Amino acid sequence: METQQLEQIAVQVRRDILRMVHAVNSGHPGGSLGCTDLFVALYFDVLRLKRDDQGKVIFDMDGRDEDLFFLSNGHISPVWYSVLARAGYFPVSELSTFRKIDSRLQGHPATAEHLPGIRIASGSLGQGLSAACGAALAKRLNGDDKHVYVLMGDGEQQEGQVWEAASFAPHHKLGNLTAIIDLNHQQIDGPTDLVMNNRDLGEKYRAFGWNVTDMKGNDLADVLRTLHESKNDSEVPTLILMHTEMGYGVDFMMGSHKWHGVAPNDEQLATALNQLPITISDLKDY
Amino acid sequence: MKKYTYTDKKDTRSGFGAGILELGRTNPNVVALTADLAGSLKLEGFIKEFPDRFIQCGISEANMIGVSAGLTIGGKIPFATTFANFATGRVYDQIRQSVAYSGKNVKICASHAGLTLGEDGATHQILEDLGMMKMLPNMTVITPCDYNQTKAATIAIADYQGPVYLRFGRPVIPIFTPADQKFEIGKALMLNEGPDVSIFATGHLVWEAIQAGEKLAEEGIEAEIINIHTIKPLDEEAILTSVRKTRCAVSAEEHQLNGGLGDSIAQTLARNYPAPLEMIGVHDSFGESGTPAQLMQKYGLTADKIVEAAKRAMERRV
Repeated sequence: METQQLEQIAVQVRRDILRMVHAVNSGHPGGSLGCTDLFVALYFDVLRLKRDDQGKVIFDMDGRDEDLFFLSNGHISPVWYSVLARAGYFPVSELSTFRKIDSRLQGHPATAEHLPGIRIASGSLGQGLSAACGAALAKRLNGDDKHVYVLMGDGEQQEGQVWEAASFAPHHKLGNLTAIIDLNHQQIDGPTDLVMNNRDLGEKYRAFGWNVTDMKGNDLADVLRTLHESKNDSEVPTLILMHTEMGYGVDFMMGSHKWHGVAPNDEQLATALNQLPITISDLKDY
Repeated sequence: MKKYTYTDKKDTRSGFGAGILELGRTNPNVVALTADLAGSLKLEGFIKEFPDRFIQCGISEANMIGVSAGLTIGGKIPFATTFANFATGRVYDQIRQSVAYSGKNVKICASHAGLTLGEDGATHQILEDLGMMKMLPNMTVITPCDYNQTKAATIAIADYQGPVYLRFGRPVIPIFTPADQKFEIGKALMLNEGPDVSIFATGHLVWEAIQAGEKLAEEGIEAEIINIHTIKPLDEEAILTSVRKTRCAVSAEEHQLNGGLGDSIAQTLARNYPAPLEMIGVHDSFGESGTPAQLMQKYGLTADKIVEAAKRAMERRV
C-alpha cells in the first residue's frame, strides 16, 4: 500500500485509540499512539495474511501458511483492536465495547472471548517472545515458510523470561522470527533509565546472537523498509529497536510516561482529536 | 478383598517415557520439550527416534511453557517436561496466562513430584502442585498410580484437546494395573467393592490403599477402594455413589491436605452428602531429605496410617 494511504489509516487509528480509552476512562493511550505506525504497516502492508476470494481476512487459530503477529506488551491493546477492526477481522463498531462487560475486547488481549486476530493472551509481561519462538518453531516443523513477528515494550525487557527466550531463538536458529522492541524510554513509574536502566539493548541482543537493527518507529517509510528487510536471514532471528515517542500524534501526550495508562478527559480528547482530522470515519456509537 | 499381585516394579516416570515414545510413533504432531532434564524424564527413546521433534530449552522453564503455548499455534501437541516443582510453582503465571487462560493444548508433564523425590529435600519436593493446577480454570489434573497407568495416561492426554497437568514420580513401585487398561480422563477406577468405608487414593498412595484394604480385611472390614487418577475433573458421581453406601471416607495422597484430592472430595461431600472424611496427606509442612520410604513413614503416608484413618472414619459415622 502507498505510504500516504497508510498514513491516513494511522491518523484514523489514533482517533480510535483516543476515543476508546476516553469512553471507558481507562486503558493505555501512550504506547498505543507510539506504536500505531508499526501496527498499520504490519496489517496493511507487511503481513501476508490469509484471505478469502473477496480479499477479506480470514482468521483461524493455527495460522498456517500466513505471517503471524504476537503482542507481548498487551496493555497497548487499543491500537491492536483498532487495526484488527480496520483490517477487517471484526466490525469497527465493536470497538465501542472496549473494556466493557461482556465484550470480546478485554482490557488486555485474550483468546477466551474468541476475538479474531488474537492467538494468545498477553498482559502479564515477558511472555510474548517465548510464544513467538514456539510459533516460529511450529512453522519450521510444518515446512511453513511464513514469518513470525512479536512486539515487546522496553520496560518489559526487565522481565527475566525475555532473556530466556532471547537465548532460545538464536540457539534454535529461528531466522523466521522478528522481535521488535518499542523503545520509547518510558514505563509506568517514569523514564526507563531511572526505573531500571536497560543500558544498551542492542548490544545485549547482539551478544545473545541476534541480528540487530534500528528503526524510526514513527516514520512509516522506514518502518516498511526495515520490516521487509528483517525477513531476509534464514537462520538468525532479527531484533528491531523501534525508536518511538510515547503518545505520538498528540502534542501534549508526547514523550511523557504520564499518559502510559491514563485516559484523556472530555476537553483533552477534543484538543487531541483536533490535531488528528478524520481520514476514514469515526465510530458512530460514541 | 480382591487380591492384587505384581510381577514387576518400575517408576511412573518410565511409564511416561514409554508413553511418549509410543506417541512419537503414532502421532506426528506430538513434540517433547524439556528444561535440561531429558534423562530424568526418560525421554532418551523419544529423542533417539525423533530428534527433530525434541526441543531442548535449557534451564529456563518459563520460556519452555511459553514456547509450548506457541507450538500449539500450528497444531503441535507439546509435552513440556521437568520436575513437578519447576513445572508448576516456578512458572505459575506463565501457565495461567499463556496456557490455561489462552486455552492452549499444552501437556505439562511433571516428574519427581512429592516426598518420594527423596534425598534432594524440600527445595525439590513440591507438595502444593495439585492445588495450584486444579485452581486454574480449563486445567485437567491427572495423577496416575503406576507404570502402566502413567503410560496409558500419557497416550490418552494427546487425544484430549486442552491443557493438562500430568504428575508422576521417581520411586520404583509395584505395577498392578493391567497393561491393556484404557485410560479414561475423569473416570475413577473401582479397585475393590466394600460396604464399610470408602478409600479414595491417588498416585503413589493407591498401592498403599490396596495394602491398607488387605489389612482391614484381616480385621473383618471390607473397604471400598477407588483410584482417583483424575483430580480434575473429579468423578463426583463415583465418590458420592460410594459414600452414600459406606457413609464414611478416607482420602490419601502425596500432597498437602490444602488443595489436594482430599480437599476436592471434602467440597463434594459438603455440597452433596455430608459424611466423615479422614484425610491422609502432608499437614501444612515442607518435606526434607531422606529416603522415599523414610519420608513416607515420617509424614504418615503409609498403609498403616490409612488403616487407622479408616477406623476413625467408621467411628465418626452417624
